[in-house]
Amino acid sequence: MARFVTRRLLTMLLMLFAISVVTFVLFIVALPGGNPAAMIAGRLANQAEIHLISVRYGFDKPIYIQYVNTMANIFDGSAFSYQQGFNVLSQLGGDAPATLSLAIGAGILWLLSSIALGTLAAIRSGKYTDRVLTVLSMVGVSLPPFLLGSVLIQYVGYKASLIPLGGYVSITHPLQWLWHMLAPWFTLSVLFIGFYSRVLRGSILDAMGEDYVRTARAKGLSERKVLVKHVLRMSLLPIISLWGLDIAQVIGGGAILTETVFDLHGIGWQAAQSIGNFDTVTLLTIVMITALSVVVIGALIDILYAVLDPRIRLT
Amino acid sequence: MSFSGSDIQAELAFAAQSAQGEEPPGEQPGIGPYRLAWRRLRRNRVAMVFGVIFILLVILCLLAPIYSQDVAHIGPNTGNLTGQIKVGGKLEYVLSLQGIPIGPTWDIHHYFLGADTNGRDVAVRLLYGGRSSLYIGVVAMLITMVLGTMLGIIAGYFRGWIDAVISRVNDLVWSYPAVLLGITLGTVLNVRGLWIFHSTTLLTTALVVGFVYIPYVVRPIRAQVLTLREREFVDAARQQGLGNIRIMFGEILPNVASTIIIFVPLMLANAILLEAALSFLGAGVQAPNSSWGTMIGAGLQVFPGAFHTVLAPGVMLVLAVMSVNIFGDGLRDALDPRSKAAI
Repeated sequence: MARFVTRRLLTMLLMLFAISVVTFVLFIVALPGGNPAAMIAGRLANQAEIHLISVRYGFDKPIYIQYVNTMANIFDGSAFSYQQGFNVLSQLGGDAPATLSLAIGAGILWLLSSIALGTLAAIRSGKYTDRVLTVLSMVGVSLPPFLLGSVLIQYVGYKASLIPLGGYVSITHPLQWLWHMLAPWFTLSVLFIGFYSRVLRGSILDAMGEDYVRTARAKGLSERKVLVKHVLRMSLLPIISLWGLDIAQVIGGGAILTETVFDLHGIGWQAAQSIGNFDTVTLLTIVMITALSVVVIGALIDILYAVLDPRIRLT
Repeated sequence: MSFSGSDIQAELAFAAQSAQGEEPPGEQPGIGPYRLAWRRLRRNRVAMVFGVIFILLVILCLLAPIYSQDVAHIGPNTGNLTGQIKVGGKLEYVLSLQGIPIGPTWDIHHYFLGADTNGRDVAVRLLYGGRSSLYIGVVAMLITMVLGTMLGIIAGYFRGWIDAVISRVNDLVWSYPAVLLGITLGTVLNVRGLWIFHSTTLLTTALVVGFVYIPYVVRPIRAQVLTLREREFVDAARQQGLGNIRIMFGEILPNVASTIIIFVPLMLANAILLEAALSFLGAGVQAPNSSWGTMIGAGLQVFPGAFHTVLAPGVMLVLAVMSVNIFGDGLRDALDPRSKAAI
């Protein structure tokens, strides 16, 4: 077990290294952000000043030195955006509350709703309820968040004045915060609910045919107990591991579309801004945060699975 | 459900014979798996209806030049900032003095679905935009499917270091959020231009979208090939002296065909959605081309006055994606009725 965990963690570190190199090459080398030294120096600077700055920040060094320096800056928190002029980590720290509010609220909403709807569809499998839920989930997975969000803002927000037109209010004003987060939570959840409830329905139906479920029934357990204690316990595993990875992506700025359309100034919104400004350092940091959260949670899930299910080969 | 290569060859031979109008000699052969699947699919009325809706959408978008020239008499990029049109017997400005475009007139000849902020005909642009969206969706899906299948088969068949390399690169691409990777690549390629074309084309976006989804196909195909390569018919093929290429694409490929077919509509729907998202964020289709995504993005900039410029492409987008999804769901049920899991 210890060897498996070590191995998995080592793979994870290698993965993060590879991601950082690929992202660096993609952003710093391929993205034409202009000469960063000239950008810092300002419009009135002369060649000598630009040269001085490029020596000071190491833009004249070979590319691998620049890579090491940039990574060091990102990790010790001194990286700053050449285009937007802020300290990247403190700026992203300021963006984090909006993204975390979105991720946690929507995550709870979509996990609970899809467990409820998926279970309902599975026990009513083939009946009218199941068909309606199937169609609804198909509509859900076909609705892009930016479209659903703008429809909500136009009709529920602007026409009916029931929700605000966007923006984020700090959680120190709990009621205002809740009021502003309702529509984003719903918008982000719809896509996932459609997908998750279908997956859960399938895995419950598969589990229903297993021997251990027949045994549970044969020993006289009520249908309810069989469902909750035996079927759901196994069927929820894939859902929860999916959920972990998706939450990790949302926290790392993956909800770009939802954050953009609701003007929530979170990490995803910042990513969209940075792309518009060719702000490579900020973008690089955001991608590193996302990759870090995805890779760490992925490794945790693998280890958790190995603990829970001894059949998984530890190689 | 797994098919062996010989089953499919028999099925093809049978199909070829019936196409020539000849009954095969001897006893009645069994019905092939694909014919059975087609029968099951035909009985699924919901899936068939949505399949037809998608085909109608495609035809409608292909007819864009005809609508533009012969019915609406206005090009997709023809602005009309100061003009007036007759609506219900009285003259109205296409753009109000505040710059708010006219809403749907429901008159098939003039601004059927209203105008956008440049006084361009939304209905005409909708059809032209649909051509871009569907073109990118189909090309991206083909890129994903061809490369994903090839990489999956190669990784699963050769195993060893080839598999390790392909799988690690796969994991690498996978750990980026799709939208974030898409906008990054899209921005880089759109700014620098694609080396062959020296400028941006619809193909740029198609390449980006197609690339992002490759890992989603490689993983399941690879897993399937890993078990298939241990089966007897692969041994038999090797005993006959077939080379690796022949075994991979002549023997194993037909056996993963049903998985590939199931993935086609799924990837098409995802590709159309991702293209719309990228174009909405400005990292996809670039002017003068337009797509449903760019139209939605442009429409939101005049919020709240002209919501029809958001709603029209939005409805088309959802209709297209939903019909592909529902048809794909029916297709999966038909090809693999035992599997109740949905993607």
